Amino acid sequence: MIEFRQVTKRYDSDHTALRQVNFGLERGELAFLTGHSGAGKSTLLKLIMVMERPTAGEVIVGGQVLNRLPRRQIPYIRRHIGVVFQNHQLLFDRTVFDNVAMPLEVMGASPRDTGRRVRAALDKVGLLNKEKMNPMQLSGGEQQRVGIARAVVNKPPVLLADEPTGNLDPALSSDIMNLFGQFSQVGVTVLIATHDIALINEMGRRTLTLDHGRLTAAGAPDTGGVSGH
Amino acid sequence: MATDPRRKPEQSRGANRARSAWREQAESYLTHHRKVARDSAQRLWHTPVASLMTWTVMGVALALPVALLLLLTSLQGVSAGWESSARVTAYIDLDVPLEQARELRGEMAADGRVASVELVDRDQALKEFRASSGLEDALDYLEENPLPHTLLVTPEESARSAEGVEALVRFMEGMEGVERVQVDLGWLQRLNAMTDLLARAVWALAILLAAAVVLVIGNTVRLSIESRRDEILVAKLVGGTDGFVRRPFLYTGAWFGLGGGVVALILLQLSLWWLSGPIERLAGLYRSDFSLNGLNFDGALALIIVAMLLGWLGAWVAVKRHLDDMEPGDIAGG
Repeated sequence: MIEFRQVTKRYDSDHTALRQVNFGLERGELAFLTGHSGAGKSTLLKLIMVMERPTAGEVIVGGQVLNRLPRRQIPYIRRHIGVVFQNHQLLFDRTVFDNVAMPLEVMGASPRDTGRRVRAALDKVGLLNKEKMNPMQLSGGEQQRVGIARAVVNKPPVLLADEPTGNLDPALSSDIMNLFGQFSQVGVTVLIATHDIALINEMGRRTLTLDHGRLTAAGAPDTGGVSGH
Repeated sequence: MATDPRRKPEQSRGANRARSAWREQAESYLTHHRKVARDSAQRLWHTPVASLMTWTVMGVALALPVALLLLLTSLQGVSAGWESSARVTAYIDLDVPLEQARELRGEMAADGRVASVELVDRDQALKEFRASSGLEDALDYLEENPLPHTLLVTPEESARSAEGVEALVRFMEGMEGVERVQVDLGWLQRLNAMTDLLARAVWALAILLAAAVVLVIGNTVRLSIESRRDEILVAKLVGGTDGFVRRPFLYTGAWFGLGGGVVALILLQLSLWWLSGPIERLAGLYRSDFSLNGLNFDGALALIIVAMLLGWLGAWVAVKRHLDDMEPGDIAGG
């Protein structure tokens, strides 16, 4: 579902964020992406989202090589990728429902369809009764779950998460991780960037480790290659 | 959705479904447009003072050239009115007898460019002059009538242009027995030249002010873009196309234009009402039927449409410059 082939991302002449990264994630696979801060985790996620383009190598998502993707096509790729952020990026000028509905609105879904799918997503994260509230009224864990509902509302085949449990206590964190686990069971490819080692160990899933832009470990032996050392 | 009562839903279900999917898509597109349009209007409504100020700036900038154009149209109406009543006066030699003058009249009336010819004989002319000038006593001292026979020629419609009248004058000057031909079109030509000049100046001003309107709206929309940055970034993040992200701002620009157009109309009506009294008096003094006409319905509609287009254009400039570069990269954190 996601494949990196010899991907290098150089920002300025002296700052190289990723060096010849190779790996692949299958459909329905859940993996962690870890490394010290500045190791290139965010850059790797941004390459998948086509927020950045690789300097060299190929990024392939859902069989599509993103390098050559024209600018106009980028939104249509993003509709197939759900993203969850540490600071959840919710909009406080609208209700929980409207926040979750954004990916559907962008696609031009009909109001009837939107209502049905938003409620299904909110039900999945256990917030069905809070759809009319403003996200500001919710707790941190609930806000994060709204962010997850927004990321999965249009049933994307790929789900990315950048430090999704960064601000949460361990109990809430494992709740959220269980949620991600459920998505991967229904065929969603999930990639979670985090440095919560305890959580990673607890989950016992494949782990990609970045160190100064190099992929130093790719966890599970069954899929993907490991670059460099 | 309207359903066809003659067709049962079971029949040709696949085709129906495809069509209904297409219709649903179109409907949700329209729904979305309506929603965005309403939402943009509501946002303007929620900041009434700021919106009103923008509308007023736009209204003033639009009302000024439109007012000048109206004035210009009215002036051109005046000169057109005078042109149509242009008459050519031919004075006949004093020693030409009345019979010959009548022959001249007949000759002139036969010309294709002449609509009608009136012969004013010298006695009649003197009588009229006596009656209208108030110089009765002075005229009595004259030994003989100093006035010649006169032909008043009204040119045919087609010959009423400046060149046509000039050609007619030359023809009449060439006739035997005609001493002098007079047509007072000089001031009309000067007025025409002046209105032409004025027209160009007004159009130049209109273009400059339209550019100003575009820039003002562009700047206002830029601020609105800045204040909705988070929303734009999230929309782009979840796969909003450029068109989707631009749409609310383009509507905002169009609404600014609508408000500005309405303010311009109000300003125009107010100043027209304020000026109508003095203009009537002035026209009365000149015995002119000059009147400053306001915008009719079509004109008002055109003004509002142009204003909305300008607003939309301003928003488009802002959107092009500030929105398309916005990339959600920076919200993904480091």
